[in-house]
Amino acid sequence: MSVASIFESMEYGPAPESKDMAMQWLNDHKPNFKQFINGKWVAPKSKKYMDSINPCSQEKLASVPVSNKEDVDDAVKAADKALKGWVKLGGHGRARYLYAIARQIQKHSRLFAVLESLDNGKPIRETRDIDIPLVARHFYHHAGWAQIQEEKLPDYKEIGVVGQIVPWNFPMLMLSWKIAPALAMGNTVILKPAEFTSLTAILFAEICEKVGLPAGVVNIITGEGKTGAAMVDHPGIKKIAFTGSTEVGRIIRRAASGTEKKLSLELGGKSPFIVFEDADLDSVVEGVVDAIWFNQGQVCCAGSRLLVQESIAEKLYDKIRNRMESLRIGNALDKGIDIGAIIDPVQLKTIEELVQKGVDEGSELWQPSWECPTEGCFYPPTLFTNVAPASIIAQEEIFGPVLVAMSFRTPEEAVKLANNTRYGLAASLWTENINLALDIAPKVKAGTIWINCTNVFDAASGFGGYRESGFGREGGLEGLYEYVKLKVEDEFKLAPETKKLAEKLPSGENGIPSLDKTAKFYVGGKQKRPDGGYNRNVLDTKGNIIGEVGEGNRKDIRNAVEAAHSASKWAGTTEHTRAQIIYYMAENLEARAIEFAERLSAALNQSTKKSMQEVETSINCLFTYAAYADKYDSSVHATPHRNVTLAMKEPIGIMGVVCPNEAPLLGFVSTVVPLIAMGNTVVAIPSETAPLSATDLYQVLETSDVPGGVINIITGDKEELTKTLANHDDVDGLWYFGSKEGSSLVQNAAAENMKRTWVNFGKNRDWFNPKHVIAQDFLRHATEIKNIWVPYGE
Amino acid sequence: MGKDSAKSHIQRNSGTELDMSLINRIKINRSAVERRAATMGTRRTVKKEWQAAWLLRAVTCIDLTTLAGDDTDGNVARLCSKARQPVRADILQALNFDQPLTTGAVCVYHNLIPAALKTLEGSGIPVAVVSTGFPAGQITSKQKIEEIRASVAAGAKEIDIVISRANALTGNWEALYNEVKAFREACGDAHLKTILATGELATLTNVAKASQVCMMAGADFIKTSTGKEPVNATLPVSLVMVRAIRDYYERTGFKVGFKPAGGISKAKDAITWLILIKEELGDEWLNNQLFRFGASSLLGDIERQLEHFTTGRYSASYRHPVA
Repeated sequence: MSVASIFESMEYGPAPESKDMAMQWLNDHKPNFKQFINGKWVAPKSKKYMDSINPCSQEKLASVPVSNKEDVDDAVKAADKALKGWVKLGGHGRARYLYAIARQIQKHSRLFAVLESLDNGKPIRETRDIDIPLVARHFYHHAGWAQIQEEKLPDYKEIGVVGQIVPWNFPMLMLSWKIAPALAMGNTVILKPAEFTSLTAILFAEICEKVGLPAGVVNIITGEGKTGAAMVDHPGIKKIAFTGSTEVGRIIRRAASGTEKKLSLELGGKSPFIVFEDADLDSVVEGVVDAIWFNQGQVCCAGSRLLVQESIAEKLYDKIRNRMESLRIGNALDKGIDIGAIIDPVQLKTIEELVQKGVDEGSELWQPSWECPTEGCFYPPTLFTNVAPASIIAQEEIFGPVLVAMSFRTPEEAVKLANNTRYGLAASLWTENINLALDIAPKVKAGTIWINCTNVFDAASGFGGYRESGFGREGGLEGLYEYVKLKVEDEFKLAPETKKLAEKLPSGENGIPSLDKTAKFYVGGKQKRPDGGYNRNVLDTKGNIIGEVGEGNRKDIRNAVEAAHSASKWAGTTEHTRAQIIYYMAENLEARAIEFAERLSAALNQSTKKSMQEVETSINCLFTYAAYADKYDSSVHATPHRNVTLAMKEPIGIMGVVCPNEAPLLGFVSTVVPLIAMGNTVVAIPSETAPLSATDLYQVLETSDVPGGVINIITGDKEELTKTLANHDDVDGLWYFGSKEGSSLVQNAAAENMKRTWVNFGKNRDWFNPKHVIAQDFLRHATEIKNIWVPYGE
Repeated sequence: MGKDSAKSHIQRNSGTELDMSLINRIKINRSAVERRAATMGTRRTVKKEWQAAWLLRAVTCIDLTTLAGDDTDGNVARLCSKARQPVRADILQALNFDQPLTTGAVCVYHNLIPAALKTLEGSGIPVAVVSTGFPAGQITSKQKIEEIRASVAAGAKEIDIVISRANALTGNWEALYNEVKAFREACGDAHLKTILATGELATLTNVAKASQVCMMAGADFIKTSTGKEPVNATLPVSLVMVRAIRDYYERTGFKVGFKPAGGISKAKDAITWLILIKEELGDEWLNNQLFRFGASSLLGDIERQLEHFTTGRYSASYRHPVA
């Protein structure tokens, strides 16, 4: 085109980023890529390969291994062999390697960026300016964590060999989120990139080789879902970290239940993008662009549900439509495009089908007037208005450039709509009123809240979900806990099998019978009879019947969960008040110490002295959590933006607690109290064998002003009640201290609503040993961290 | 659309009533504006022929400026010659560009109008003049009006006035409105460019409000800076102002022009500003009827980049005639 004609039209022309270096690199590896195992490049034992395709042209880029079970096994062996040396190297040594990796990524950043664009189809601007810089930052940041690990996490150690499975939407960024913290904390890894996007992970392996990373510390195997499944099933892998769909996350969780594998899952989302009437609407429009047209909308935290205050809804929709007209779609390597290609024809079809459903359901579709390129895998930016909350496009994750819009009337209604989803990954709030912003942010159920911004990430801030968006955090101090375990865990012992005792009736020798006492349930602050009308005998350790408690059933659990739900405003009670109530519990327990000790002695057939020790330790425990109630502070992360990134520690919500059988009073107090100290409400199942110490607490709870519904207690068959709790969708988390089988049951059932679980696999801690019961570890399990990004500047 | 055809389409902004409810509702989020501004030059780019063509367009949008205490008839005459032939003929030839090419205007102080007019005679290049107690504007309203009238009488076609920052800083929008309205009347047929001196307005919200008030009062252009404030044209400020222009156009149908001034000295920056205009206002604004750069050294860098495009060799400034 002539200069003179462009001078007239003032059009944008093509601005291609050169792909020469990347193509050269691909050529150098022909005909097939290899796996990186034990520091060596090896052909897959499967002898199978798959094609990696450029989504923009549908041309084949390379042929990569489809690793099988044997390959996984080799990788695990290599990682296992490397573990000891890697741990021994210490924080400083590991920091040096991570630092070297970060430097190398920076030095080769353009090759990474171009290769990633070629393989994934996302715009070069994004890989060049966002993905790869964040990757380098992640390694730098975690080099620092390695350096100070021993000082910051003295009670923790590495988990061991970890398996990591990453998605195709941010191949390198997700790799860094997985590998950097794992290596920093002393783990060795096997990472499998997504089948569509293996190439940058292989380039990363070359970087590892180049910096002289010890063999086996990082192993990169490529492959399909089956390869991932082989990792999940491998007994040598102690932890699985997965980012991907909720559907696959659920499969992984079920497969891993019953093993002692730790899990972190970062899953799907349908994140709300909430706009209040006082927002800077032109800035909101750009926020929308970054929320839903970033990476073609193939982003787990994409702001895909636009919630707009009714008074400005039409005005904002007009502005968005206007903006959509000027978006540019095209080859990912063009430096002047906004939207690249959809990853694969399969994904494109999914998007098309969901959009069609939206149209069929009567939502109003709008797309810009320009045409998409006909070659390659493209989908235009799409806006749906007049969308009902019940419609499929408002509920399901589309994972494409499709925005659905709804209006709300009041802030309260905005929160209601925002939380009307099974997901809870992220949310974006737009208002110029900080009072409103900081009021709404804690109310929205999501792991990340962006105020007047969106899709902002940093290594210092933990990212992860609530609800079915998964659990665990990546980034920041909170993210490190996914790659460590308590050092004392190794001391926890498998509990001896409990024998069923033959019941012995009381002899009745001593004249008149004692007054019949039957402990009821404690629900919503009231004592309730069992729904089924059955009671069970309570025996001492010799089999003598010492009392009766209610036999709880499904409906009793249901009622208790309802009561816990109704008491949810406990989370809003001030920390000081919660502390005062817990101190008061200690005071009232102390007043009745002898009575409780006698009860323990009767149940456990032990000396009063020993029982007094349990009561006193319980009082001490109450003091500890009363103290922590207003001291387990939230923090502010140092992210490299002009903002305050608040890492808020929030209660998880409604928690089930299956208390240990041993130490019936102390075990109850040690598990229930940290939860309520943090603002959770609890449904507790006390010690199955000695429940009376817990049921005796009713009066202590009442006299201590514990609001009704904050603690609910149901006695009965441990496994039965556990099953109901684990399968209850309104229970947000479940702690289980019992058998290995029970632990596995909990994990399996929890996969359904992705509730947070903490189970002991039948291994008991000594509740009297302060080294076994680290308060901050309990509090960490009792909370979730929500990162709220608050930019400032007028 | 060429500049001549563009000219015939533009209806001059006649202003509106002062709408205080609109002014009071204006909300600008600085962080979000800065984020958008920061990626303006990274989301779009122009290369090769496109870059050359865009740079030529940038040349036509320059208000070639000298505003110094030591300006004389001599250096103003030199500047005006440069305005008439901003790019070496052989470079234009190499670009196959055979249209006449001049800068958008020449911008000088009042007493240099005659010198400028003399050199520009027959070129069609308008003389713009800074006015109303430029740059601080700390003279009486009466003096300001007289200054405008005198400049118009002397032959200036464009009057770059400075607003009274005090009115903006104290929220006295009505006073600002009345002031600018009076300036507009004094301008008559000459075009009114209102300099907001954004570096002295403290907040982006003030920038947006001042932009709207000036347009309501009948400004033909809104302009960022005098070039004399410590901070002059920045992308975030420009973004806020062009969004105000878009909003005003959507409400009234009047297209108001935009002029960033001060500190724009690189060809790459010029491209980024053109991208900003294209993205936020559209192609209709991409000509010197609605867009100007207030710049003195920008042209030199553009010339070097154009020569590089035609020869493939990086150019030196001594190879191009000085202004």
